[in-house]
Amino acid sequence: MNRRHFLQTLGAAASVPLAGTFNGVSWAAPAPSATIGNTPYNNLLILIELKGANDGLNTVVPFANPAYATLRPRIAIARDQVLQLSEQEGLHPSLKPLMALWENKELAVVQGLGYPNPNLSHFRSIEIWDTASKSEEYLDAGWLARAFAAAPAPRQFAADGVVVGSSDMGPLSGQGVRTIALADTAQFLRNARLAQAGGDQRNAALKHILSVEQEILHAAGKLNTNFAFKTEFPRNGFGNQVRTAAQLVASKAGIATIRLTHTGFDTHANQLGTHANLLKDLAEGIAALKSAMQELNRWDSTLVMTYAEFGRRPKENQSSGTDHGTASVHFVTGGKVKGGLYGEGPQLARLDGNGNLPFAVDFRSMYATVIDKWWQGDSAKVLGGKFAALDWLKA
Amino acid sequence: MKKHLLSLFASALLAVGLHVPAANAAESKPIGAEAARHLLNRTGFAATDADIKSFASLSREEAADKLLRAAVTDALQKPPAWVNDAPPSPAKLQAMSQEERMAEQRKNVEHAFELREWWFREMLTTPSPLTEKMTLFWHNHFATSQQKVRFTPLLYNQNVMLRRNALGNFNSMLRQVARDPAMLIYLDGANSRKEQPNENFAREVMELFTLGEGHYTEKDIKEAARAFTGWSVDRETGQYMFRRGIHDYGVKTVLGKSGNFDGDQVIDILLRKPETAQFLTRKLWKEFISPLPDEVQVKRMAEEFRESGYNIAKLMRIMLTSDAFHSMDNRAALIKSPVELVVGTMKQFEIETPNMRPFVLAAALLGQNVFSPPNVKGWPGGEAWINSATLLGRKQLIDRLFRNEDRMEVALRNMDEMAMMTGNPPPPGREARQQRQMERQMGGIRWNLDKWAEGFVQPGRTDEARESMTRVVLAMAPQNSSRASEKPADWARQLVTDPVYQLK
Repeated sequence: MNRRHFLQTLGAAASVPLAGTFNGVSWAAPAPSATIGNTPYNNLLILIELKGANDGLNTVVPFANPAYATLRPRIAIARDQVLQLSEQEGLHPSLKPLMALWENKELAVVQGLGYPNPNLSHFRSIEIWDTASKSEEYLDAGWLARAFAAAPAPRQFAADGVVVGSSDMGPLSGQGVRTIALADTAQFLRNARLAQAGGDQRNAALKHILSVEQEILHAAGKLNTNFAFKTEFPRNGFGNQVRTAAQLVASKAGIATIRLTHTGFDTHANQLGTHANLLKDLAEGIAALKSAMQELNRWDSTLVMTYAEFGRRPKENQSSGTDHGTASVHFVTGGKVKGGLYGEGPQLARLDGNGNLPFAVDFRSMYATVIDKWWQGDSAKVLGGKFAALDWLKA
Repeated sequence: MKKHLLSLFASALLAVGLHVPAANAAESKPIGAEAARHLLNRTGFAATDADIKSFASLSREEAADKLLRAAVTDALQKPPAWVNDAPPSPAKLQAMSQEERMAEQRKNVEHAFELREWWFREMLTTPSPLTEKMTLFWHNHFATSQQKVRFTPLLYNQNVMLRRNALGNFNSMLRQVARDPAMLIYLDGANSRKEQPNENFAREVMELFTLGEGHYTEKDIKEAARAFTGWSVDRETGQYMFRRGIHDYGVKTVLGKSGNFDGDQVIDILLRKPETAQFLTRKLWKEFISPLPDEVQVKRMAEEFRESGYNIAKLMRIMLTSDAFHSMDNRAALIKSPVELVVGTMKQFEIETPNMRPFVLAAALLGQNVFSPPNVKGWPGGEAWINSATLLGRKQLIDRLFRNEDRMEVALRNMDEMAMMTGNPPPPGREARQQRQMERQMGGIRWNLDKWAEGFVQPGRTDEARESMTRVVLAMAPQNSSRASEKPADWARQLVTDPVYQLK
């Protein structure tokens, strides 16, 4: 039985919610009716794009490496400010809300993420991350779009993916994936009234439009804003996105992945204050997300992962900011995440001709881990090659 | 009404089949209003009733010739004054403080907006919409983005060059593109030197501009890259210049041919390949005829195209007079691009505005920000235009525009907020300034849907009026044929919210 068929079969007999095991990996025992049927896609992925490219070195600070302070005489984070994770590195002080996750051993810190022949253009490099392509390869569809095209979420799910706060579908861009984009659930439900279903599919173009109308109506029919959270969501742009994500999950609509976009990380000038605020919003948002998912009894079936097109250059620029870089650090958290340090800390002695870092872990290994371990899929097929899964999920 | 329209279509088909057995005879017959609308909407931005009537009595050939004769080589709208600015010198750029650099960048972004507004207005007012359609086609084919080129006058110059060649000769255009400063910057040719040839342009000239994937090897790219070394940009003037010192004069082997080629000779080799003509014909087919090219017809048309020495107008005439173009199966078979939707709606309903910016922003939000294609491949187009975000965006735009046209200001402000949300938001001060400026200018947007709709009304013949409006606005019968309202403006509202309005 192939995977698609398997899921369809499950979908057909989906009235009994169960914890499950597939390929030897278990997924969450769901809260009462918080999940739909018995499908690996009850394991939710929440992606957070750090748009503009986050400065990895000031996020997870290699405070013990003297080169760090030398490269950044004006913007280095003082050693005594750093929230220590190990003898070598620690978090930016604004990330304090993440320390609870770290101490609870559910925060994975993956260092040195990148890819060969790095491209320093925002537009091109985020496309490489979104489509999981090689540096010189142009792919049309996002990696999640390909994953869902290969193995769709059950039909009764509201959507395979929801993009919050951006009209750019990013990793969910492409054919064969049911993706909804919205800024705010209530507004989406209002606009969805403009969609219309049915009618003759008189040609392929019309058929496509009608199927998208249908997707909108299908999702709108399952979403609501009824749940009253006790969690207090931060009152800022990213906090609003987190609230929207929480409402989506609370709708019990069936959503396999949600992508959030936290913007403003392109810190070329005077970055210290800006970056501190961005990280504070990020950490508070993630903490609120955990609290909200716990209210819904979904924390154990939620995986939160940050990503961005690249990191920033180790050496600060003339304007107390940082220019486009390469390898960077990202966070993974969730009730099933095995906390700790992964990958390899920044190799400040091995900078390339542009003064940028070598990478240690191919970013596609993160995607392979999601597809293979979190969703029991076939990452080699989706990613066009085998990338070793990382070990940040509990068995 | 849907049934009625369909039966009209059917009888048109029958008419062709019954009365005109020979293809030649069919071609000399008047094409009629339906085909005239099809032709004008595929080659333009939304035909008015008067346009349609003026083409309906022509034969296929006469209609195509009329369109091609009307082609222009220069835009009529006056460009912004800064298009003649010289680029800041490298020394000046080097000496700039971070603040000055950011100011320079803001200026470029603002200029790019003005350039888009200029082009949109040209599309809206041109006597030759086909010229602008072709220019847009070549902009997508030779995709070049302001986000990398930055210095906006170079984008303007490229646009002028593309328009001048839009219906001219592809051979000549390709050579100008290979020397175009914006392209040389965008695909890194400007810095490509014999010691370290940059392969970017060499790769794209084969993969995207001529042969298409699968008709060359990585070795061909490396060799061709050597031939284009030294094709560079004079940093003082922003003009093309050949830098002898960094050109590789050695022998190269490209697609089986060897010689001490320069870029022009590599282009010669590429243009001799039948695959090049086929690749271009296939792409034009998808733009003008249908999503699935007929390979037999493509090969036939491509051969004529190549033999003509790559005469683009000749290929377009072949296409626009072809049975495939005129086939009923291919009516309404293509999805409007955001630019077609936005400019087409303005043109169709005679929406006038002193300020194009909100409309430029609308198209960008719907996925097509001209002068900023997503990557070297341009916009993928077709079904990729429509996803849940862009479809709801299209519907929301139309809804707000038509629900109460007097309150458009609100709709446009809302669009602007969406832009701030989705794009890289500009610094707060600028955003607020832009917002105020936009609100002031938006007060000037006036249009009158009632007046437009009344133009179709014939006393005592409501059904006919409705149907003639439908045939102007939609490419085929609507999905929804509810007849709830007697008010002509409401018919228009119903037509633009129909899914068929997204088709051309």
